[in-house]
Amino acid sequence: MNETVLKKRKFQMTMLFLGVIVLTYLSAWITDYGFVSSLEAVPGAMAWIFSNLLVDGEALGKLPAIMEKLIETVFMSIAATTIAAVLSLFLAIMGSKTTMVNRALGAVSRFVASLSRNIPVVAWSLILLLSFGQNSVTGFLALFVGTLGFLTRAFMETIDEASLGSVEALRATGATYWQIVSKAVVPQGLPQMVSWVLFMIETNIRSATLVGILTGTGIGYMFDMYYKTMNYEVVALITITIVLAVILIELLSTRIRKVIL
Amino acid sequence: MPLLEVNGLTKSYQPGNPILKDVTFSVEAGEFVAVIGPSGAGKSTMLRCLNRMVDIGEGQVFFDGNDVGAQNKKGLREVRTNIGMVFQHYNLVPRLTVIENVLHGRFGYKSTLQGVLGLFTEAEKRKAFELLEKLGIAEHAYKRCDQLSGGQQQRVGICRALIQDPKIILCDEPIASLDPNSSKVIMDHLKSISIEFGITCIVNLHQVDVAKDYANRIIGLKKGEVVFDGPSPLLNQRFTDEIYGMKTAVETRELITV
Repeated sequence: MNETVLKKRKFQMTMLFLGVIVLTYLSAWITDYGFVSSLEAVPGAMAWIFSNLLVDGEALGKLPAIMEKLIETVFMSIAATTIAAVLSLFLAIMGSKTTMVNRALGAVSRFVASLSRNIPVVAWSLILLLSFGQNSVTGFLALFVGTLGFLTRAFMETIDEASLGSVEALRATGATYWQIVSKAVVPQGLPQMVSWVLFMIETNIRSATLVGILTGTGIGYMFDMYYKTMNYEVVALITITIVLAVILIELLSTRIRKVIL
Repeated sequence: MPLLEVNGLTKSYQPGNPILKDVTFSVEAGEFVAVIGPSGAGKSTMLRCLNRMVDIGEGQVFFDGNDVGAQNKKGLREVRTNIGMVFQHYNLVPRLTVIENVLHGRFGYKSTLQGVLGLFTEAEKRKAFELLEKLGIAEHAYKRCDQLSGGQQQRVGICRALIQDPKIILCDEPIASLDPNSSKVIMDHLKSISIEFGITCIVNLHQVDVAKDYANRIIGLKKGEVVFDGPSPLLNQRFTDEIYGMKTAVETRELITV
């Protein structure tokens, strides 16, 4: 009995593995993707990067302007994330099975969350660009909407798994709804939620660059501008500052996480 | 008038599959009642019907003269304030301190705003410390609950129930996750609460011997029906076997020897 089950599992694994290989081969064949030729192109691309993306003295002169835009972008990401987090918390409380007030509100909050999450941030940028025009509000909103959906989902799961027992206990003492939410649900989920917010800030600083390219705001716009005028030295400098900023924020949020968890 | 009266309580989660069938009993103030029965007999559901943590199906529950099933939101809150509850998994907020968790028991007496802001009177705080002292965990008052052992956490749970000034305490398998030593400590505390403060206790238990040792009265549940209700000494092997659906002791012994 057991032996046949094991044999069957082994067979299934083998078939799955073969299936993946066949699928890979087929898609490469259909799209005309040559593994060898793309590998051959790597040294050339590397050479281009190292010969063109070099920061020189002239580019360094642009540093103050870059820093200004970078800081603007970082703060925009933080603002978009934290404001979205506040709204997400309410949506998550309404949508979570443990703390749902009624089905209708729960369904509405889950619908809002999934709508904003399932439309990619790139699409949001372009949609909002049409309706709000080229300014920093557009970039802010694009990040805000994407974050809202993601955080609502994450908070909902945090609430669901963290607080079932204590919610029951507080209901049994005769506590009111908001007493339960503020004294059992929020304290229990807070570290996890702060952790998600920090993660989202990191992610948003990264996507802010892309959103900026699309909506013509912040550091992304600057990147786009110098890229299109083929001023690759400045492009290199911008890239480096973005990478440094992201690493710095990551280090910072790791620190914060250690303190709160 | 009895403190608690349950009349023909029938409850099913899925239609046609009742978990409680026509349960009727009443409890006088000051009694220490153990409810025994195998897993799935409906002990937890029955206990939760008493303070309407699950909705009452058919039948009525009267607590202190109030029809629990007929209460509106405000009335239900008042009923629950007078009923303490202790859980198998303690159901504390693990990240908060012991004293905070104990004070949670006062929420029933507070407005939403007072509760959200955590405004407790000096008298309430003093009472919380007294209770912790009484249950022997005062030195842990400022520790986070997740740093405590299971037995200590359960004592915090009992303090939280006691600070409600309840007329009755419902305990859902309070010792099922504890080692024998901690179990004894918890059961001793529950017993002394019922004697000293005159608080009625209804305790769901797995262990028949513990029920017989501590309770004045035992209710046996089997497949949602009351099959035994009487003073503890009257619960003999025959009833126990019936409740747990086992063969009589003699037959079991024969099986073992064969």
